[in-house]
Amino acid sequence: MSEGRTHPNYVAIFLWLAGLTAVELGVAFLPWEKQILILILVGMALWKAVLVGLYFMHVRWEGNRLRFVVLAPLPLTVIIVVAVLTEFVW
Amino acid sequence: MGHPAVMEPPVQREVGSDVYNEKLGIWIFLGSEVMFFTALIGSYIILRFGSMESFAEPGKILNVAVTAVNTFLLICSSVTMVKAFAAIQDGDQKMLKVWLVATCVIGAGFVGIQAYEYTTLLHEGFGPGGYIAGSELARLGEIGELPANIGIYGSTFYTMTGFHGFHVTAGVICMVFVTWKAFRGKYTADDHRGVEVIGLYWHFVDLVWIILFTIVYLV
Repeated sequence: MSEGRTHPNYVAIFLWLAGLTAVELGVAFLPWEKQILILILVGMALWKAVLVGLYFMHVRWEGNRLRFVVLAPLPLTVIIVVAVLTEFVW
Repeated sequence: MGHPAVMEPPVQREVGSDVYNEKLGIWIFLGSEVMFFTALIGSYIILRFGSMESFAEPGKILNVAVTAVNTFLLICSSVTMVKAFAAIQDGDQKMLKVWLVATCVIGAGFVGIQAYEYTTLLHEGFGPGGYIAGSELARLGEIGELPANIGIYGSTFYTMTGFHGFHVTAGVICMVFVTWKAFRGKYTADDHRGVEVIGLYWHFVDLVWIILFTIVYLV
């Protein structure tokens, strides 16, 4: 039944996710400045989240209409986080 | 677009939306879930940075090693889930069942370890309201080894991880149902909507945990 069908290399994605998690664990306890640690750790978490979305949830191969549905709530998440962070600026 | 055959729809696409209804439905549901968890994370950010003295440093109260194992388990379960999806795309009934059972077991393992984590934390004295009176952690808080008052920490920690744990538990229950249907031969290479829909939910739960693990346990 698998005539010519190709699948993404899911094991490679798994290795990326596992590797990034290991790096996160190593970085989290380094005696670096807190802001730098937060930037690095959140950056790696977002990287892993994008990998899951693109490859495990197959967003990479979806059509533009579904991609729009997927991306639609994301600007709202940015708005809520920015709005929250402004609490500490003003 | 390196794999044009990967996402052939399991059934006929609906006109207009370009996907079948169940898939559109789960994505809209997941969109609402994004807002739900963003609200929780946003609340956490404002409480965390507005009251730094009420939160313990990573590893001081929470057991990062145990949770790291749990994170690894959830990542593994995402792989077994997507392998189940790939198997039924190829019409491989046997491997579909194998990977679905593996996902159920690993998912249940995640819930079990979270239950262990909760009972251990409660035993040590870290409850949803902060320190539990008379506990070792409360004593450390009194002598200054830990923050004096961690009520906000307790409530945000149990709220966020609790809601996520609830989602995983619901996912495991749904996964058991899909696995049961798989054993009855209900899915084929031409129609495996249930496998894809539960898979999308499961990967989303994994994705949320990736963010929560970093924000709650490592930052």
